[in-house]
Amino acid sequence: MIGELFRRRDASEDFPPRDVHQRLAAKKLPGRDALEIARTRLTVGAVLFTVLFAAVAVRMTYISLLRDDSEPGLARAAHPSQLRAERADIVDRNGVVLATSLPVVSLFASPQLVLDVEEAAQKVSRVLPDIPADEIRDKLTSGRSFVWIKRGMSPREHAAIMRLGLPGFEFQNEERRIYPQGALAPHILGYTGIDNVGLAGVEKRFDESLRQGEALVLSIDLRLQRFVEQELARAIQRFSAIGATAAVMDVASGELLALASLPAYDPNVHKTISNEALFNRATLGVYEQGSTFKIFNTAMVLDTGRFTTASVFDASAPLKIDRFTINDFHGQHRPLTVAEVFKYSSNIGSAKMALEVGVEGQRAFFEKLGMLAPVQVELPEVAQPLYPRHWRKINTVTIAFGHGMSVTPLHVVTGTAAVVNGGIYYPPTLVRRTAKGHAEAGRRVISPRTSQQMRDLLRLVVAEGTGRNADVPGYEVGGKTGTAEKPGRHGYRDKALISSFVGVFPMRDPKYVIMVSMDEPKGIKETGGYATGGAVAAPSVRAIIERIVTLYGIQPVDPMAAAKYLAALPPPPSPATPAASAPAPTPAAPQQRPSGTAAAAPPTLSQLVEAATGNAAVPKPPAPGGR
Amino acid sequence: MISVPRNDMSVVGRWWWTVDRWSLGTVLLIMAAGVMLTLAASPPAAERIGADSFHFVRRQLVFLPLALTIMLSISLAPPRLVRRLALLVFAGGLVALAATLVMGTEIKGARRWISLPGFGTLQPSEFVKPSLAVISAWLFAQKKLNPRFPGYLLATLLFSTVLGLLMMQPDLGMALVVSAVWAGQFFLAGLPIWLAGLGGGLAVAGLVGAYMTFSHVQHRIDRFLDPDAGDNYQVNTALEAFMNGGLFGRGPGEGTVKAQLPDAHTDFIMAVAGEEFGLIACLVVLLLFAFVTLRSMSRIASDTSLFIMLAAAGLVIQFGLQAFVNIASTVQLIPAKGMTLPFISYGGSSAIAMAVTVGMMLALTRERAGLGESA
Repeated sequence: MIGELFRRRDASEDFPPRDVHQRLAAKKLPGRDALEIARTRLTVGAVLFTVLFAAVAVRMTYISLLRDDSEPGLARAAHPSQLRAERADIVDRNGVVLATSLPVVSLFASPQLVLDVEEAAQKVSRVLPDIPADEIRDKLTSGRSFVWIKRGMSPREHAAIMRLGLPGFEFQNEERRIYPQGALAPHILGYTGIDNVGLAGVEKRFDESLRQGEALVLSIDLRLQRFVEQELARAIQRFSAIGATAAVMDVASGELLALASLPAYDPNVHKTISNEALFNRATLGVYEQGSTFKIFNTAMVLDTGRFTTASVFDASAPLKIDRFTINDFHGQHRPLTVAEVFKYSSNIGSAKMALEVGVEGQRAFFEKLGMLAPVQVELPEVAQPLYPRHWRKINTVTIAFGHGMSVTPLHVVTGTAAVVNGGIYYPPTLVRRTAKGHAEAGRRVISPRTSQQMRDLLRLVVAEGTGRNADVPGYEVGGKTGTAEKPGRHGYRDKALISSFVGVFPMRDPKYVIMVSMDEPKGIKETGGYATGGAVAAPSVRAIIERIVTLYGIQPVDPMAAAKYLAALPPPPSPATPAASAPAPTPAAPQQRPSGTAAAAPPTLSQLVEAATGNAAVPKPPAPGGR
Repeated sequence: MISVPRNDMSVVGRWWWTVDRWSLGTVLLIMAAGVMLTLAASPPAAERIGADSFHFVRRQLVFLPLALTIMLSISLAPPRLVRRLALLVFAGGLVALAATLVMGTEIKGARRWISLPGFGTLQPSEFVKPSLAVISAWLFAQKKLNPRFPGYLLATLLFSTVLGLLMMQPDLGMALVVSAVWAGQFFLAGLPIWLAGLGGGLAVAGLVGAYMTFSHVQHRIDRFLDPDAGDNYQVNTALEAFMNGGLFGRGPGEGTVKAQLPDAHTDFIMAVAGEEFGLIACLVVLLLFAFVTLRSMSRIASDTSLFIMLAAAGLVIQFGLQAFVNIASTVQLIPAKGMTLPFISYGGSSAIAMAVTVGMMLALTRERAGLGESA
């Protein structure tokens, strides 16, 4: 072969080495000798190359065909990606397991090694009745060299397949993610896919560290989370709502002790769940929040230092801006102090207050409060708030009372915590925060003085205003109601409300912010037909506060009032909440509710005012450019 | 087939009748095989870096036509032009090579690349390698034609400079190839046998020195000599791939090692070929490389200009050696040495530099009427 390759194509070039002719030529052409040497040595090179390539060919053939499987040294060194530590647990703040991994065995087949496809399909299908023989047959004849038969078998199935002793079927050790609490806190936890990769919630957000075996300690208190979800379920049933969300935040750290969104789902069987249930209303649902925004509006105005709670704004006549008229439906028709504006939830007053700060000042303040960006919680499912791209005067007016701008419930909770905790904004967190992380996280948004004033105003709303249904005597609950109509195709829809309540307690030294928000609640007889935040959300906030108080053993600020309140409650064992007597999520029937609360009373002033702000205040259609 | 009349004396017409059409055709086959293998091997690597599956395939389909154009254009050039081109590329390459030490991009602990905006990274040594071979060949040939010309001295000087720069990067694999090519040319140019022996001895001493000096070289060789000693992951996986593939392979796309081998689309692409296309396909690829190497050598042997002979030989040695080292590493015939497989491994810099190499080789192996550099 080599000889042929080196065949000289032109006889005239052929100079036999000892030819006289060549010597003569050598004299004419310097380097002729050198050419001959090079030619000889090139042959050496060619032979060398032939040997090298032949050696590679032999080696290649050897390792492809002749090498024995069992030859030592073949043992596969584990690749880092295969050395996957078991996916770590997720636990609540007290160490209760919320998600864990169990080792399971999966069955796969190498179809070329299966001797009798029909027999194998029949036998395997008999042992694994949930997999039809046809399906197995199709997989075995698909022409692929690797097919999964069943992922995550039970030990019994594993043993049965072993006993079949079929060639071509092999086992793979895997793990399966288990959520022992079932349908609790699914929107926080999220879920994993079949390959144990986090696909939603903290499972997705912390996928990397969980896979590396780092356990995740959440800020959630499972006991409280369970109660909050049960309370929401009861409220949804009672008011025929389509959904609800609630959050409990520690104001001093931004830690979320509970974060619920209903309808919920069981992450163990997430695949069969509707999108509606997978949707996390607390962080993905952006809604116009209505009057709860007055917390931020009032704080903004007070923080300028130019106004006090006693400053007066004229709410005697409707406010006309451009084509729109801002009204208080059951307004006071007189000049109101800032405190009164807040207490009566006056839209006219709030709008006039906002105009004092101006368009730019308002935008800057809401940006500072994190209202213009997705909330910075450790979940992948966070939504961008909707706000006017061109922020005009009319936007400033409507945003003052919570319209023309949509944020998530968690935005409101986080903002409220910052307003009442002395003025420090902590990004909300689902992970138990360390002291160091905590110190770094906060930033001041309002002055301590403004914060103090806001505490008094919030207490006023519950003590005398629209939020009385949330009061737990002795614990100085403060808060603010919010009722907003949901926008439909043609302007706002009268009967479709987002009714919410943001509660804080104790107002002297706030510890927790509790928000409950109901989606499309319907009024019932006990609420006088009203479905406002004060009527449908405030009672749930009260129930949650009562549960927090018993859970954490918080002493009342005013023991006398608390004692009186407890004495007035009907005898049953639980001192705090009617819900405690019904731990199952089955909602208690309305008539079983204790009668000592305001829920059953005829419409109060608070409800009337709430209804007023909900119904009449909103310009229709919405402020232009708002969405 | 395009018919070009024998008496067509245009540049292209002359080229068609004088170029080594067999080698050219084989190189085109190698490129086609390269596209097939990149298609099979690169998706997992692309997904690992977060790009879409066919990221590398698409890029390679941009590089290859460019490489082909460069190769064909250069193969049109007469020897004199090849020499001048080599001088130009060498000058530029040397500056860039020196620049890597100052402003190089550090990848995996070595500064071998220069970032070019819009192109990606460029490895100057890839371009220095073929141009040094051509220039050395000319210096050696001049020395033979005119004994007073300091050809050996100059060639040694240039070689030492390049070698020094390569060791500073450090890029031992490249240094080895450059040394082998240069030594091979010197040998062909009539280095006395005793000097050749001495040189061989020095080379061995150099290798031992490298083994002592560079810890990563030491590890590789230790692992080669004693496979159980340490992490032989890539090589073992590659061997397993060949075993899985057997004679006919598992079929395109059915391979599994490409997901485990980090360099499946570059240095270890033959392992993917072995698993998915089987032994026969691998032997065919090997044969294509051997054919180009040996056939080009045979054509060189009948040339009458020492310069052309030495230069072409240098380029052929480089081409063949690179193919050998890559495939031999993959089948664990020699210690693992990161080296790309010409026109098959993914890589823009390597494909274009190889196009320059083979383009010059084709230009020099064209049939010429008359002697010397008259063509």
